[in-house]
Amino acid sequence: MFTRNCLVVNHLGRVCLALLVTFVVNQAHAGNNQGNLGVHLTPALGQTPNLHIDNIVSPDGLALPDGSGSAAEGKTLYISACASCHGMSGMQPGNEVAGGKGSIGTDSPFKTVGSYWPYATTLYDYIARAMPYDKQKSLTVDETYAITAYVLELNQIIKKDDVMDKHTLPKVVMPNADGFNELN
Amino acid sequence: MTEHVAGNGLLNRRGLLKATGAGLAGGVLMPVMAPVSAAEDWMTTSGAPMDEYGAPSKHARLKRVNIGAHPYGSGAGSSSTPLEKLNGTITPNSLHFERHHSGIPDIDPARHTLTIYGETNKKLQFSYEDLLAYPMETHTYFLECSGNSYSNVIFPEAADKTVGELNGLVSCSEWTGVPLHYLLDEAGLNSNANWIVGEGADAAGLTRSIPMKIATKNVMIALFQNGEPLRPAQGYPMRLFVPGSEGNVSVKWLQNIKVQKTAAYTKDETSKYSDLHVDGKADMFSLEMGVKSLITSPSGKMKLNRKGVYEVSGLAWSGAGGINQVEVSADGGNSWATAALQSEHRNLSLMRFRIPWRWEGQPAVLQSRATDDKGNVQPTRAAALAKYSKSNIYHYNGTQSWQVTQAGVVKNVYA
Repeated sequence: MFTRNCLVVNHLGRVCLALLVTFVVNQAHAGNNQGNLGVHLTPALGQTPNLHIDNIVSPDGLALPDGSGSAAEGKTLYISACASCHGMSGMQPGNEVAGGKGSIGTDSPFKTVGSYWPYATTLYDYIARAMPYDKQKSLTVDETYAITAYVLELNQIIKKDDVMDKHTLPKVVMPNADGFNELN
Repeated sequence: MTEHVAGNGLLNRRGLLKATGAGLAGGVLMPVMAPVSAAEDWMTTSGAPMDEYGAPSKHARLKRVNIGAHPYGSGAGSSSTPLEKLNGTITPNSLHFERHHSGIPDIDPARHTLTIYGETNKKLQFSYEDLLAYPMETHTYFLECSGNSYSNVIFPEAADKTVGELNGLVSCSEWTGVPLHYLLDEAGLNSNANWIVGEGADAAGLTRSIPMKIATKNVMIALFQNGEPLRPAQGYPMRLFVPGSEGNVSVKWLQNIKVQKTAAYTKDETSKYSDLHVDGKADMFSLEMGVKSLITSPSGKMKLNRKGVYEVSGLAWSGAGGINQVEVSADGGNSWATAALQSEHRNLSLMRFRIPWRWEGQPAVLQSRATDDKGNVQPTRAAALAKYSKSNIYHYNGTQSWQVTQAGVVKNVYA
């Protein structure tokens, strides 16, 4: 295509050059989209960070920190830090974290941690980053494990004295773990 | 002079324009200088001086609508774009819809960084200044919240609201930023690099997973919106922008991109933005927004105060690409006419459509139906609702119907 255009207008050197530039830029852009030429066209200013903590916890649990907590320990913390919004039994309307067992496939699905969430690790990740609502990131690692355990116990998924840590939490099987189709 | 193109008064736009042109050529109106004695104050006294950051006319001040906060925290909630007050396709920055999970952070860009890590050859950190030095791209893209139009899903009777109140969790801007693949290339992707996980620096630390095939396509680290640095409510100093995908994945206040073998299965992508079907199974990572359109004028809570010709106008968009066609009906879907499309930005952007309509006091139900360039056709309300469990509010793209009564009152209806 490029050669033909150039031949057609080769008595107009500037037009030919313009086409050449367009051609090169298009090729470079196509390459970038495939992850090839981008670095060569950019200033490459990324630096190795001095201090960086990985706070994103996935179901494999690899990013979970050292520490532990049980539902028994979490109950008091839950009552002081969480119950005002989520209710003493985790069933405050609009903010439910417990209940709805077996409701998901019915006419009145009731989505809670116990009835809907596919992974227990998500609970640790979310409490650590976003709760309590007005004092985010104020809980210690042990407190976060303990509250995670208590919410799981409110949903009868684990027992009161089960200790949650980076090894046990990823092994908790949630009731609705098979309830999802992944579209991507 | 004018040709009817569908039932109940829809007219041929070209014919109407010709007729109007002929009227003007006949010399109906000639401008004249008003006599000084009859002049308005603004004609006889010098106006206000220049100012640093302009403001709208006091006669045309617009507001976001549906500003709704969670009962447990004023920073958690959403606000909607007043679509009925706007024309064209670009949403002014002050009126772009908002959805925040723990309020709007006040971030000092000098103390904010973006780190890319995980399944990469190198862990790399970028300052705001660093990112400003990268080659950028500018594109006009819509952004729609996955829960947009939820009122038309959850209320058994159609809510008597404006188009902005009902459907204003969609906006459109010119976004400028650094293509993400430049930074991913610099960090170097490992063979397990199947997903990116974006994390915000707000108090909610909102976190979403995006498949690499989308992340390396047309995703950018957006730094500018409609020419100016991002507003705090839109992620200042930087946000992820994922065109065509549900708004929640365009993570605002972006501070980390973790590259992973799997998704992170965060709270928002599992418990919230997943779409429940009747059989109890839910779609997860259903990112693409469906083809959709809305008539913005005439629309809910407006009143037609005269008989005659009106312009029916609205917006159409699709997360799959561009809009190929918008059809309009004035008789509740019995007959359809093709509207004119008016936008130079067709791909993943809002499209403005227009068609003339003669209203002589007859009852009408106005609807629009968009088709995108992949052949997807906007479903009826019934078909859209049938796709999911009745509790599901996400990814609703059914037809918006406006009833026009003989008195000229325009009202949201289910038709």
